[in-house]
Amino acid sequence: MSELLQGNRACVQAAIASGCRFFAGYPITPSSEIAESMARLLPEVGGVFMQMEDEMASLGAVLGASLAGSPAMTATSGPGFSLMQEHIGYAALAEIPCVVIDVMRGGPSTGLPTRPSQGDVMQARWGTHGDHPVVALVPASVPEIYELTSLAFALSERLRVPALVLYDEVVGHLREPVDLGTLRLSRAERRRPTVEPSAYRPYAPDADLVPPLADFGTGYRFHVTGLTHDEAGRPTEDPAVVGALHRRLQEKVARARDDVVSFAGIGLEDAEVVVVAYGIAARAAERAVTDARARGERLGLFRPRTLWPFPDVELRAVAERVHTIVVAEMNLGQVVLEVERIVAGRARVEACLRADGTALTPDDVAHAVASAAGALA
Amino acid sequence: MTGIEYRDRLRRQMLPHILCPGCGHGIVLKALLRAARSLELDWDRTVFVAGIGCSSRLVGYIDGCTLHTTHGRALTFATGMKLARPELTVIVITGDGDGLAIGGNHLIHAARRDVDLTCLLLNNETYGMTGGQAAPTAEPGAISTTTPGGARERSFDACALAVAAGASFVARGATSLPLELDGLIARGIAHRGFSFLEIASDCPEYFGRYNQLGRGPEMLQLQRRRLDEVDRTLRAKRSLGSRRAEGPPPLRTGVLHERPA
Repeated sequence: MSELLQGNRACVQAAIASGCRFFAGYPITPSSEIAESMARLLPEVGGVFMQMEDEMASLGAVLGASLAGSPAMTATSGPGFSLMQEHIGYAALAEIPCVVIDVMRGGPSTGLPTRPSQGDVMQARWGTHGDHPVVALVPASVPEIYELTSLAFALSERLRVPALVLYDEVVGHLREPVDLGTLRLSRAERRRPTVEPSAYRPYAPDADLVPPLADFGTGYRFHVTGLTHDEAGRPTEDPAVVGALHRRLQEKVARARDDVVSFAGIGLEDAEVVVVAYGIAARAAERAVTDARARGERLGLFRPRTLWPFPDVELRAVAERVHTIVVAEMNLGQVVLEVERIVAGRARVEACLRADGTALTPDDVAHAVASAAGALA
Repeated sequence: MTGIEYRDRLRRQMLPHILCPGCGHGIVLKALLRAARSLELDWDRTVFVAGIGCSSRLVGYIDGCTLHTTHGRALTFATGMKLARPELTVIVITGDGDGLAIGGNHLIHAARRDVDLTCLLLNNETYGMTGGQAAPTAEPGAISTTTPGGARERSFDACALAVAAGASFVARGATSLPLELDGLIARGIAHRGFSFLEIASDCPEYFGRYNQLGRGPEMLQLQRRRLDEVDRTLRAKRSLGSRRAEGPPPLRTGVLHERPA
């Protein structure tokens, strides 16, 4: 049965249905509905809601709860996302599962608190210092917020990485008819150790390069630190151990890539020009593409659902067949840089950018495509 | 308390420790282990959480569930952990820079929430890990690498701050009174609610050297004189109401504030 559901509230429903039992957050527009819904719904399922004193504390509490065995998440927007970078890095190095929702608004700084943007997508990849693994998903609709929030829990718990879900203010506040019963939920399953506590080495990985994680308080006594550490959890500066740890952290996500990376496409089989877009910009692009195809134009859409890792192999395959790729996004050019890197001259790459606090429109995309075609002609 | 085998509660593979000769923090670690034993804490359900700094490194040496977090934010991890798994005993170790400067806001709110945590704040008036910069607890006039002409700012009274913010148990101990520490820490852990203990420690390597206070033993004796000064001050107050005008402020130890959580 369909119900009219707001994006932020769909996020909460998905999180709880996927096993989330702890939320800590700090009020910030345009994500506050997530905290408000969590405050009402989590206690009903025996979960814990905490309003913390800031975003650093919010993610800190989430990581503490996660180590105690609770699938946990927080939600924020740009300014808070900046403050959370410290603990995103901690979660990446200490390998503590957590989900962070960033409902993107105009930045930098306080920027445009109630207006959409897609300006945080590179921060999601590189916001915290040092090399680090990260998973970032970018839903474009209310049902997709539901499915990808759920997937974020599954990936975070399985891979022991911070999983980020980024969507813009428009998608977060959009209300769409949704039949939750028809949507796909991913179960969050954290691998616990099977060895005796005395034999447990908290950072000794299994074959998939992910170490099993014991809950604090269950008889396994171990050390967790943000210092670079060996498999026993001891701080180390041994170059061989340090280098191996960094490579494993990257490689564990790379190995799971095919389960992580996803995208949607329209007309990719015959397109001569392809628009790459995500989030609400992809909705505008979809309209432009379907209108163009109705006119017989060979325009396609490549819509990543995962930004990090990026569906690079898939896009490269598309780039072999088309002459132009137009990247449409609501910032001054972030993902377009990644697309240029991936395409590497196989096709021309143009950008269709809007960074004025309003959503990209189908006309924006259509004009960008037309001018790209014109430049070619 | 007799016959505690400290090594049974320490991760021997983590040794040798990083603390400098004469550092007071080891005295606190031993007192904590004695207090834990006196309470017969279930070691599998006791978690030690710390931030960043010399004091925060103590948790790594304890053979328990130990969590060495980010600078200033140990209390936030501890809060989430305690609420997610209330059966855990959660003990936080922090320092004066970690707990009062970068983590000051978290301390205030942990005290206000009065969640059942125990927080030991080891105050050595300096940032030892980074080489002896001024901490917010450095007394005016204190020499450090960032106050070469002497600190000019007022210093924090951590206990007064914790009381004002709502902590339901506030105590001060000192490394020169190690056996009193056992009881204070045990009472803090046993208290249901947020227990805050400031423990005067000493850093001979930086604070002591820069301020010509001697090595560990001399610094402990100096600390002890500040404790004695309290007795003298109280006696003087009772008789004449006179107040001490200058020099290091007196240290009052013991339970300073307690109410049901």
